Amino acid sequence: MPDEELTTPTSDAEHRRIGVYICHCGGNISDFVDVAAVRDAVATDPNVVHAETTLFACSDATQHDMVERIQRDGLDGLVVASCSPKLHVPTFRAVSRRAGLNQFQYTQVNIREQCSWVHSDDRPGATAKAAGLVRAGIGHASLSVPLEPVTVDTVPSALVVGGGVAGLRAAVGLADLGLGVTLIERTDHLGGAVGGLGAMFPSNQSGRELIAQLVAEVADRPSIRVLLETELVAKSGSFGNYEVRLEGPPGTEPVTATVGVLVIATGFASYEPALGEFGYGIEGVVTLPEFTAMVDASPGPLQYRGRPVGSIAYVYCVGSRQPGGNEYCSKYCCTATAHVAVQVAARDDRVTQYHLYRDVRTYGVYELLYEEARKRGSVYLKYADDAPPDVARRGDQLVVTARDTLTGPDELEIPVDLVVLVTGMVAAPNHDLTSLLKLPLGSDGFYNEIHPKLRPVETVVDGVLIAGASQGPKTVSESVASALAAVAQSGAMLLKGQAELNPLVAVVGTSCAWCGECASVCPYDAISRVEVDGVAVAHIDPSACKGCGGCAPYCPNEAIDLLGVTTAQVELMIEGMVAPVHEEVLVS
Amino acid sequence: MGAGHGAGAASPRILVFSTANISDPGIDLAGSQHRHYASTISTITVPCSSSVQPRWIVYALQHGFDGVFLAIDGDECAYLPDCNARSSRIAAQAQERLRDLGIALERVRMAALCSVCSEAFVKHMDEFAALLAALPAEVAA
Repeated sequence: MPDEELTTPTSDAEHRRIGVYICHCGGNISDFVDVAAVRDAVATDPNVVHAETTLFACSDATQHDMVERIQRDGLDGLVVASCSPKLHVPTFRAVSRRAGLNQFQYTQVNIREQCSWVHSDDRPGATAKAAGLVRAGIGHASLSVPLEPVTVDTVPSALVVGGGVAGLRAAVGLADLGLGVTLIERTDHLGGAVGGLGAMFPSNQSGRELIAQLVAEVADRPSIRVLLETELVAKSGSFGNYEVRLEGPPGTEPVTATVGVLVIATGFASYEPALGEFGYGIEGVVTLPEFTAMVDASPGPLQYRGRPVGSIAYVYCVGSRQPGGNEYCSKYCCTATAHVAVQVAARDDRVTQYHLYRDVRTYGVYELLYEEARKRGSVYLKYADDAPPDVARRGDQLVVTARDTLTGPDELEIPVDLVVLVTGMVAAPNHDLTSLLKLPLGSDGFYNEIHPKLRPVETVVDGVLIAGASQGPKTVSESVASALAAVAQSGAMLLKGQAELNPLVAVVGTSCAWCGECASVCPYDAISRVEVDGVAVAHIDPSACKGCGGCAPYCPNEAIDLLGVTTAQVELMIEGMVAPVHEEVLVS
Repeated sequence: MGAGHGAGAASPRILVFSTANISDPGIDLAGSQHRHYASTISTITVPCSSSVQPRWIVYALQHGFDGVFLAIDGDECAYLPDCNARSSRIAAQAQERLRDLGIALERVRMAALCSVCSEAFVKHMDEFAALLAALPAEVAA
């Protein structure tokens, strides 16, 4: 239910009829910003006919109310003050469309990421700032004009970068939607990391078998073209019509292709411990990927360099969750370790297995593996974050020293035949691709989606999607799920055959006296000289204009405006931000 | 974390021109990480820092802002390969106008800010606010 609403149902030809919604976001905003005071501060604006606070602006109920309100009160502008525009601009543009309001007459105001969350120590300051931001949004909306998106035809095909499990599954899915697919792989074979894996949980199918099956499915589909030893070296054009240049092995001609979207599925690399890190480099100390390969390679009783292995210590979180290093959890390694421990125990139940862990994160169905590992005799010992185990070789004997925080303060010395460092995933080294596509990286070095829940495979680069472990550590099934999400998103983008381009382009005003300066600085050749009533002026082609606004500051007459951020709008926004908030509003 | 923010701190008012695809995510990330900066800092989003008009900078400084910060995309700009040079030109042109108006040129600052530069953003803001606080007050022209 909305809080008190303030509605002024007057009709006034000079003013706009704007509705303002100020979101609590549960308490994410209202715990730190007095949202009612913000409403009161803006409700008297002559352009505002309705202002209310709402618990969740994005909820179905509030969206429904907005549609009704826009229609009933004949609103010609909508301002939603809630989270970052990255999250809900599509939501409220859709609300506007459903209500018959032009979607470009809605303005989003960010009072969460750029206000409540960064000023949680300053409620009056955060409230005053939020009021300023909302006033700026009202100013922006008050000068908004109805615009129609420019539509362009899209190419019904996709480029998939990376031939691992995610890339292969994406290629099959895209082909089944009727899209043409070019799949490129940097190495000379398909399969990626999964192609090197043995038995996997829960089916016991090997990674090799899974990949072979996917490769066969790819081969069955003539609309998929596979290029090995090939990399993406150039990209131009825009969403729906990207031209890509692909370079194959030396001696082959580069290939160009036109694609509507790109699916980036470049996978991960395994963390490589430094020499000496938990004894890495000492004979008998191996990483988890080295160990699983070892178990997979020899079906009989476990051996290491020709000697039987009777005891193993797994040291968890090596290279993961380290302040100043990789701070994230790779979240697959606990499960992979439990899985390999079960396999080892199944071969020879006399092998003693110690798991020195910080926290066990065998989530969901993987909890069953953890349980089975313990049933089969695995011993789990929890070490403290600030007291990691020590791995050393004393003569012929590997010894792991640790304290188990669950059983007592005594130091345990565990003599073992093998130490497995449970390492996680790190971002694959893809600097050239990253800078070519201008993809944003998260603080963990993996590719960043726009939002993990709302837009989980889209990036800020339109039409460039990410899938699999290129986005962050994932299990095989999570990788496949994200690949299918990228397939669905590609379908949503391309199957209509048309894409809507941003209509917020540059426009030329009446003070233009054609000097050619703007045309000379536009790299997209969007500006040309035309004659209107015998007078030469600049003309901007809206389908060629990318909407960067780079031409505007070059106009000596300041005749160019960028729609959505016109000079008049910016000036109103500045005034709105600096206008004082009355004390009585802030202390109410 | 910025120090010294909080109720009652009289911090300079800073307007940040930030880009939708690159520096905005960085500034948003500061929010997701709950890194604090002064509540007297507000942002206007533009597609590209090369679209900021010098007159906007002057207007902001004449209408109550103490400083204007251009968060630029540097070499990351998806639109313009020479975005750095263009943004510098805009800042320089704004400063030319400020000189004529008797407004300190230091009130305009510019730095590249990436999509994960949350910590850098807060640091820039803290430093810029300290610099602005130390400037003598000017009579608005």
